Amino acid sequence: MSSKEKTWWIVAGVAIVVYALFPVAWIVSLSFKAPGDLANGQFLPTTPTDENYSTIFTGAGADLFLPALRNSFGICLIATFISCLLAMFAAYAIARLDFPGKKLILGTALGVAIFPVISIVTPLFNLWRNIGLYDTWPGLIIPYLSLTLPISIWTMSAFFREIPWEMEQAAQVDGATTWQAFRKVIVPLAAPGVFTTAIIAFFIAWNDFVYGISLTSTSAARPVPAALGLFSGASQFEDPTGAIAAAAVIVTIPVVALVLLFQRRIVAGLTNGAVKG
Amino acid sequence: MAAIEMKNIVKKYGDGFPAVNDVSLDVADGEFMILVGPSGCGKSTLLRMVVGLEDITSGDMVIGGVRVNDKAPRERNLSMVFQNYALYPHLTVFENIAFPLRLAKMDDGEVRRRVNEAADVLELHEHLERKPANLSGGQRQRVAMGRAIVRQAEAFLFDEPLSNLDAKLRGQMRTEISRLQRRLGITTVYVTHDQTEAMTLGDRVCVLRKGKIQQVASPRELYEQPVNLFVAGFIGSPPMNFLPATVDGARLTTPFGTIDLDERRAAAVAGRDLLLVGIRPEYFEDASLVDEAKRPVGTVFRARVDVTEWLGDQQYAYIPYEAPDAIRTQLRDLSKELDAEELRTQAIVSIDSTSRIREGRDADFWLDTRKVHVFDPHTGENLTRDAQAGAELTRMATEDRLEQVGEARERSAGAQTGGAQNGGAQAGGARSGSSRVGAP
Repeated sequence: MSSKEKTWWIVAGVAIVVYALFPVAWIVSLSFKAPGDLANGQFLPTTPTDENYSTIFTGAGADLFLPALRNSFGICLIATFISCLLAMFAAYAIARLDFPGKKLILGTALGVAIFPVISIVTPLFNLWRNIGLYDTWPGLIIPYLSLTLPISIWTMSAFFREIPWEMEQAAQVDGATTWQAFRKVIVPLAAPGVFTTAIIAFFIAWNDFVYGISLTSTSAARPVPAALGLFSGASQFEDPTGAIAAAAVIVTIPVVALVLLFQRRIVAGLTNGAVKG
Repeated sequence: MAAIEMKNIVKKYGDGFPAVNDVSLDVADGEFMILVGPSGCGKSTLLRMVVGLEDITSGDMVIGGVRVNDKAPRERNLSMVFQNYALYPHLTVFENIAFPLRLAKMDDGEVRRRVNEAADVLELHEHLERKPANLSGGQRQRVAMGRAIVRQAEAFLFDEPLSNLDAKLRGQMRTEISRLQRRLGITTVYVTHDQTEAMTLGDRVCVLRKGKIQQVASPRELYEQPVNLFVAGFIGSPPMNFLPATVDGARLTTPFGTIDLDERRAAAVAGRDLLLVGIRPEYFEDASLVDEAKRPVGTVFRARVDVTEWLGDQQYAYIPYEAPDAIRTQLRDLSKELDAEELRTQAIVSIDSTSRIREGRDADFWLDTRKVHVFDPHTGENLTRDAQAGAELTRMATEDRLEQVGEARERSAGAQTGGAQNGGAQAGGARSGSSRVGAP
């Protein structure tokens, strides 16, 4: 690469990073601003304060925010776990077995994924109230599965297809049952794929707002995005902007932490050396 | 250790195409059987039916006296080396080799002992803690073999195990596999498309074409008494030359002069007009270098040399010849089927490396007519095959093998102090002995 080309790459890279991270930086700066500073149009707060953070953790917002944080974590982790487990079996079958209706399953999964959430939330609201799932954890976990399963099945079946058939056949010849071959050979090889899928599924569930606001009414099950929408200012003439910014920063942290933590596991290439490459 | 019997095995795919068509083959206990043929002849499919990775459409697969058609691969107790090795990338070399033992719930001490034993044989000790990704091709190949030999399997199955290695390593691993098989005396079925592997490794070789067995015989019988054009053309490198010939009594007229047949062969070709004469490259010689004593058993002809290739120990000359159109298409079809692309009708002739014959000149060649075969150009059948002589060659090879297997069993039954080196040396000795005994 010539030095001119290199410079262009660096300039373009910096431009993209600034474009992508500027709103995040603005939110972080906003969360440290005092109420009087909020609308001053400057990037940096004049006097940084942790007032907004204390509002959501110990002050007036705590009753709303803390249970929501707990709900979000619980619901999203459970939904992710179930979705990954189901998707793993489904994707394995799709990648390995030849059965009638395979195309139909993949097509339906894609159909569900592109179906607008808003169109089913009203019927779901009525149904959930009738069968007692309204404002409960399962009441959110089930719709979240419908969001995360399709994408999980699609990503994981792509990963399973990458694993050479011979691995499994070798295991069977070595004396493994189909289940043993799956557990001892396929699952370890598919681990990077499973982690990637899990992270994507977690994001989708974590970011949901429509189900969260429509299918809950109390802090029994209300997730963070819905809770953020219900923040109110100290008086009716004051915007809760600072508190919302602080809460937004807090809910971003787990997502960033998750990616950093599993970054090394996500990197594909674990299958190197399995077969002549 | 067990014999493998295949009875009228058929494999049809969904579209009704028979990949393997009515194959009956017996592999004796301790025998090294090679399945060979051009790509798409069904050899790999047949092997995968033996191991159980492919369903059998009809016929019986009997291993060690038990019909295994409906048994899962893990119930057949066979071990297999895959073409791409299929090592488990998330496990160390040690755990890769130990994998079958762990599945069998063997206790740790025994696993350690067995894996170390296999590592001794394959010289893998310093790599036991490494991951397959960090190994070279040859080392991966050895790990795959280690996984196969670590348990007491009924038979070894190899699916083109050397085709991913470079030429030099392939030669080394070939002798390694041969040594190992002799040493363990275990029944082996080996699939390859490489005829060098087929000739050097096999006790017997099964040549397949479009899912059908053409001939099952010792390498020597295949070479000297092929049943048809296909086998004759497939076995041997450079391949056998096929010349058009017209017959007149006991005399064949070819583009390279006339060939006088002995009584037996003359009787076999009597009453036909157009024939194909099969002549191996080494039956030719530079006429000026032929012993006076040998000269009368052949004929001398003059031809223009197109190209010569001097290889140091050998020299090849290419001599173009004219052939009738019917024969020309016949030969082209044959070469296509053998995965070769023959553009012109030419004979490849092996001459002494000291020969002064040069390109573009006319030269005198001598042709040994004693071992020439005559084929029917339409059916491809070998008209002059001496079944008795062929059977005799295979019988000698079988005797050889029994002797070697017996020795191997004695060795393993007796003191196990010999170690890899010693066992290898003995097996190597026995092999070179076999080529002496087999000579006609």
